[in-house]
Amino acid sequence: MATYSTNEFKGGLKIMLDNDPCSIIENEFVKPGKGQAFNRVRIRNLKTGRVIERTFKSGDTVEGADVVDREMQYLYSDGEFWHFMVPDTFEQYQADKNAVSEAIKWLKEQDVCTMTLWNDSPLSVTPPNFVELAITETDPGLKGDTSGGGGKPATLESGAVVRVPLFVQIGEVIKVDTRTGEYVSRVKD
Amino acid sequence: MADRWQPVCDIQHLRLRAQMLANIRRFFADRDVLEVETPLLCRATGTDPQLDFFSTSLHTPPHNPTLFLQTSPEFAMKRLLAAGSGSIYQICKAFRNGESGRSHNPEFTILEWYRIGFNLQQLMDEVAELLQFLLAPTFKALSVSRISYWQLFHDITGLDALTFERQDYQRYTVSCGFSEAITLCGDEHALWLDFIFSHCVQPAMEKQTLFLVHGYPAIQSSLARIHPGDPRVAERFEAFINGMELGNGFFELVDPLEQEARFDREIAHRRARGLVVVEKDELLLDALRHGLPDCSGVALGLDRLLMIAGGCRTIDEILAFPLANA
Repeated sequence: MATYSTNEFKGGLKIMLDNDPCSIIENEFVKPGKGQAFNRVRIRNLKTGRVIERTFKSGDTVEGADVVDREMQYLYSDGEFWHFMVPDTFEQYQADKNAVSEAIKWLKEQDVCTMTLWNDSPLSVTPPNFVELAITETDPGLKGDTSGGGGKPATLESGAVVRVPLFVQIGEVIKVDTRTGEYVSRVKD
Repeated sequence: MADRWQPVCDIQHLRLRAQMLANIRRFFADRDVLEVETPLLCRATGTDPQLDFFSTSLHTPPHNPTLFLQTSPEFAMKRLLAAGSGSIYQICKAFRNGESGRSHNPEFTILEWYRIGFNLQQLMDEVAELLQFLLAPTFKALSVSRISYWQLFHDITGLDALTFERQDYQRYTVSCGFSEAITLCGDEHALWLDFIFSHCVQPAMEKQTLFLVHGYPAIQSSLARIHPGDPRVAERFEAFINGMELGNGFFELVDPLEQEARFDREIAHRRARGLVVVEKDELLLDALRHGLPDCSGVALGLDRLLMIAGGCRTIDEILAFPLANA
């Protein structure tokens, strides 16, 4: 794998830090007029999701991390692993609980998502920002109430539970923002 | 996203710059300080191992001598002082290779001036007057805090900057969440000071206040004289506002032997670290041998001053065309 000098640091660069793959969020160049230059870097650990700060001496090099994002289709779960496929090549990957984490609650079979691979192994799964899913369970709403004030919990076909307006019924398809977990709108056929 | 041909800074900020340049010229005209120009393209450059330069070559076959873009106008200005120019100032571009960031652009504007017969105290007074004048529209009355490096360092960290107690330095940086300092700084006192000052002291400095930090440790003397009464400190100060470094001032070294020894030390240091080896500026040494009058000098980063005046978070916001659009 390539090595990178601090001069090449920028947002999005994937490097190895403490044996974990990380992604640089922000790189700040710190240099006294008469003194040593440093790079103060905010980094996300791609395994744990934690954000840390770390300083490097400018000019130092670090090992790059072989991390790539690929579009994949979610196929099925066998109870232990979740199986995904690259649509163009039919390559299949199995991801464990750590990798699919919270993302899986937004995915139903056949849905497309982004999988992050580290050394060709699944590291994490990111659902699309917006998903459209049918409601499988929710309390009957009040007829005629279209204000949406208050709201109620609804279970979606993928397993996620979101708050929806009172007028939304079982069987309806809704659009949800997966970054916030919030209801956006009903989807009309 | 704006088109790339367009300036990055607001047109308003161009006016701010023009106004500041006019005010600087007025300030020095009132004090009888002469405006000068010296070459940006030079035959010699500084030996400071922390500064990387741009170089090019003059096409005059068969000899194509190397030329450097100046990292500061200091050497040329000292030659003018030695030749009897009297007090002088200059507003010019300076170039530092590889320095790019929130408050760095590889090409930037310096205001540098020298005052014959001034000691460091008098020069600090003048820096405070100038900055209060230039920043009057931003701060009604910019408060000024003069504090020694030792005191400031001690107030914020509890550490003694002049005595290297590695255990104490380590314990402090770890307690601040900077455990990487241990491997980065090793046994180098100067490096520990740079690390702790930039990571812990600068962010903790009171905002809206001009700090004039004097009495830098002698290991960071650069081109300043060593204090005659205390060899542990140098006659150097730095100016900060909102924790951002604005410039460096020295009671200037005039001893050609000491200057040459510092050049040699820095060249040896460059060689040991595998950096490009540069030659010492013999013309500066000749000027010092001829005799540089006692003087104090300071250089301020004008773009950073404009960042403060314009309330900008990044240097790019104050430049018409920062490097990415140059």
